[in-house]
Amino acid sequence: MKIGDIDLKRSWPALAAIGAIIAVLLAAFAWVAGLLGERVTNTSFLEDTKPVFPAGYRRAHGKGMCFEGVFRSSGAIAEYSGARVFSQTETRAIGRFSIGTMDPHAADNSTSTVSMAMMLTADNGQQWRMKMNNEPFFVTRDAPGFLAMLNATAPDPATGEPVPRLMAAFLADYPEARKYMEADAVKPWASSFSGATFYAIHAYYLVAEDGRRQAIRWWMRPHSAFTAWNVKDRAQASHDALFKDVAQRLKTGPLHWDMVMQLAAPGDPVDDPSQPWPESRRQVVAGTLEVQRVFDQTDGVCRDINFDPTLIPAGMALSNDPVLATRAGIYAHSYNARLHEIGYGKATDAVGKKAAQ
Amino acid sequence: MTAEIRTMTDASPRHQAELPERFNLLAQLLHWAMAATILAMLFIGVAMMTSLTWRPWLLDLHQPLGIAILILTIVRLLNRLRRGAPALPTDIPRWQVVAAKASHWLLYALMLSLPLLGWGIRSAGGWPVTMFRGVGLPSMAPVDPVWYAVLRDAHGFLAWLLFAVVLMHLSAALMHAWVRRDGVFSSMVPAGLYRHYRRSKI
Repeated sequence: MKIGDIDLKRSWPALAAIGAIIAVLLAAFAWVAGLLGERVTNTSFLEDTKPVFPAGYRRAHGKGMCFEGVFRSSGAIAEYSGARVFSQTETRAIGRFSIGTMDPHAADNSTSTVSMAMMLTADNGQQWRMKMNNEPFFVTRDAPGFLAMLNATAPDPATGEPVPRLMAAFLADYPEARKYMEADAVKPWASSFSGATFYAIHAYYLVAEDGRRQAIRWWMRPHSAFTAWNVKDRAQASHDALFKDVAQRLKTGPLHWDMVMQLAAPGDPVDDPSQPWPESRRQVVAGTLEVQRVFDQTDGVCRDINFDPTLIPAGMALSNDPVLATRAGIYAHSYNARLHEIGYGKATDAVGKKAAQ
Repeated sequence: MTAEIRTMTDASPRHQAELPERFNLLAQLLHWAMAATILAMLFIGVAMMTSLTWRPWLLDLHQPLGIAILILTIVRLLNRLRRGAPALPTDIPRWQVVAAKASHWLLYALMLSLPLLGWGIRSAGGWPVTMFRGVGLPSMAPVDPVWYAVLRDAHGFLAWLLFAVVLMHLSAALMHAWVRRDGVFSSMVPAGLYRHYRRSKI
């Protein structure tokens, strides 16, 4: 049999081989793209929550307020890292205070999680983006563990309570989560951003000019005193209490945080965000952040920044912490989705326009 | 008609005297090096958008590889314009000749535009364009969500188009090598290799 000038009787093995090669390439590409198979990809993290968002808002920590300030290095880290930000006197900082709910219109008393994000741009153009929370460590050792926790703590539709059997199974798979849950249950709420400590959670390496590497974690330690937000005051707080508070305080003067770097000792777990290092580890103040002014998060200067904590300057390196790496993909999808909404004119109040009624 | 053409081509393997029988060695080197790189880049690109833990490392690869492809494409285009390409056998149907030529120029267009779009996306998103630790390229687009959205969509769409064209190109090349055996495939390999793919009976 012939098709055109191709003799099928003679050429079928060649045709079959060509078909097989193309089919294998197609299948491999589809699998890598997440179109084939059931593996967890960094898109599946966002899928369940997508429809909740008014166009243009961040997919997590949607409610926030941006700040502008300056980071003054102490010079004490320059021996560990060649990054410019640790040697130059002043670095411009753009950042954002936020609360831990997804809903951009949530009340400030709806979550105990408060966060600080920040981008430092050194005079050589190198950027350092960071994302910090008021908790010192992550719940699980990896990102699928976080999904497992969400499943285990989800209320049973019949009873409205989490299912004890699921919770037990989760804790068997992720025993480290117990430590986080116990800490979270007794953690005092912060009554103001100004007195909260913000932890980077994930470990990084400082890389010296001669190539020496030192594993570190850092946190932002406030100059203002921490005051707990008790249940009674929380219940009576206004809808935007925390954001009004920080704006009010900045009217009388800037707010300060020391960037405290904790240096790991040999053998400390570097790649596990659920395992904080002993408090006895050496601490060095890398510099001080001065927050000078807050402004609305609809301003593109801050709105269009993805505070991806895997973007670090030369002189620093990422650890192999899998949760840190996972943030890169999830933040990229969140950023893509909202910048498309903003870019194609679908966003309203997220960019400061009145929402259509 | 077919017999006539065969006699003619057998007598004169160079279909048109002024055109070379094979691509020159530089074109062949660039072709095979870029074939591997582009296929790898397509997989790195989609993996970056799905992998739970590899994105930071894949992104570090994707940027310098993309710029390498941009530079090699420019060299390749200049070489192609200077040295030309072998003619196709005269017995190939007209629609296949048109498809071959169109797909080759589409490949050049995609190899040029995808790296430029990637560079543009990084610029429009306010990101550094990093070649290796501490060394970057300047921004080439304004930091702006409209630019970002348009460039990002174009990059994604054209990358899938490139994968489709690469698969078509590969199937056509293997048809020439294994089924038609008409010398088209061997014009992209050094003389001496795959000699038996030249002009045996169909």
